[in-house]
Amino acid sequence: MGIINVSNLKKDYEDVQAVKDISFTIDQGEVFGLLGPNGAGKTSTINMMIGLSRPTSGQIVIDGIDGIKDIKKVQSFIGVIPDENNLYDEMDGFGNLCFCASLYGMRKKEREKKAMELLDQFNLTDAAKRPFKTYSKGMRRKLTIAAGIIHNPKILFLDEPTTGIDVESARQIRELILNLKNQGKTILITTHYIEEAERICDKIAFIVKGQIVKVGTVPELMESVEPEHKIKLQLGSSIKDMRGELEDNLVDCRVEIPDENSCLIISRDRIALSPILQLLDNKGISVYEAKEIKPSLEDVFVKVTGIEASKLKKEKEKVGKIG
Amino acid sequence: MKAIIAFWNILRKDVQNYYLKPPNISWGIIFPLSWTLMQLIRSQGSIGIAELLPGLMAMSVLFGTTSMLAVTITFERKGRSFDRLLLAPISISTLVFAKILGAVLFGIFNAFVPVVFAAFFIDLSGINWGIAVVAVILIAITSALLGLLIAVSAKEVFEAQTFSNFFRFPMLFLCGLFIPIEKLPVILKPISFCLPLTYGTDILNGMITGNSSFDIIFNISIMLVFAGFLFYLCLRNIKRKWIL
Repeated sequence: MGIINVSNLKKDYEDVQAVKDISFTIDQGEVFGLLGPNGAGKTSTINMMIGLSRPTSGQIVIDGIDGIKDIKKVQSFIGVIPDENNLYDEMDGFGNLCFCASLYGMRKKEREKKAMELLDQFNLTDAAKRPFKTYSKGMRRKLTIAAGIIHNPKILFLDEPTTGIDVESARQIRELILNLKNQGKTILITTHYIEEAERICDKIAFIVKGQIVKVGTVPELMESVEPEHKIKLQLGSSIKDMRGELEDNLVDCRVEIPDENSCLIISRDRIALSPILQLLDNKGISVYEAKEIKPSLEDVFVKVTGIEASKLKKEKEKVGKIG
Repeated sequence: MKAIIAFWNILRKDVQNYYLKPPNISWGIIFPLSWTLMQLIRSQGSIGIAELLPGLMAMSVLFGTTSMLAVTITFERKGRSFDRLLLAPISISTLVFAKILGAVLFGIFNAFVPVVFAAFFIDLSGINWGIAVVAVILIAITSALLGLLIAVSAKEVFEAQTFSNFFRFPMLFLCGLFIPIEKLPVILKPISFCLPLTYGTDILNGMITGNSSFDIIFNISIMLVFAGFLFYLCLRNIKRKWIL
């Protein structure tokens, strides 16, 4: 039983089925990623979990509390960072943070102290007294994240946290997410950045057209589409004539020769390198490089969902331009 | 205690961010003042200031509260900052109370602008201000709740303004401010009895000019029923339309 348990969740908007019977579990301290294209149902799923939307059917249990009936209880220990920066334009950074803290009942001294700490942590101290509307995109995103964590939530929901911001700010935000994970926070993040999901998520669910089509850790997902182990060897000379001999000498291995000076050793089990190196050495063939060939998460996503990764990237660029 | 902290800070934020902004303060003064001057010019001195005062107070509250609340909430909804309030661990009732209280205070302020001006010309000492203030508060509450109902239905600020006028202008003409209810066409009379402003204006009329159609207790009771009903409608519509 995880800290978040979602089962058979459905959401219909008139004639559109945004979320179709999805179930997943998130363990305490885990970073769980919902990866999918725009319109896949990521935000709809998050909105149901945080209380901004009512499920058509299904169950949400968060830290043992019914997330549909007792959503106000749940809201006291969750933090939400929406896909759009939704702070108050006229208020300054410090005021925005203090106001958000007050919504969770934090007292004046406590919220002012915490606001100053966060402004410092996010390198926004110099902009503390500037109206939010004068902030750059990256600064706005960082302050929105700070506002989402000011009450020290146990669980965090981040909707597209790095969409539409510069590389450096995105890197800082990813670092921050990993810091929060190290503090033991449970994090649910939605993204359509495959590399981002791969870098920060412990577990990833691919969501397409309102359905979770695959869920697992990054190694599990990779294994699911590529069960074989592959090692590519960069050689000093060609071994085209030795292929059969190599296969005979290596237990349960297949050999492929993709080009003149390299070969691929393929096996269902993990491949021990030393016998191969020994064998090649005995034949007078130098091995300059041995590299394990793994499918990327992008390959897995494409294979599982049938959606070209380039399509995801195009959407991300579109969103980035808008954002 | 946590809910009180949240409530107070939502109210304070609204007052600082919206109601205390110079354009709104000036609007709160200029609007009632314009109504006063317009009525005085129109009447060419045939109507006394005391007779104008209840209507001016009621109109000032109605326009001040409905406009501000409908527009500010629609504005927050559009910018999605309102989601922050919906995500806070406070009940929707607490949120609604906090949001309408700012508008109610703004409405009360608006109501007393014409009173201040009237005080320069007539003696207002004989008026039962205790009951008049109760009437102003009740008009402000019902108007603010009407503003909130409008905000729940509007997606854009201009929609909120249009919906507000759709409600306000018929109310002004049917609540007995310009035309006494007894002189209204038979078909319109039942509508005037369904408007909270009718009863609020009647209390003010009774307190300021001594001419009222209904008993004060009856008027106050009806206003309270309206406030309760509108509050219930607001809660129901917020849950239905904002938590989709």
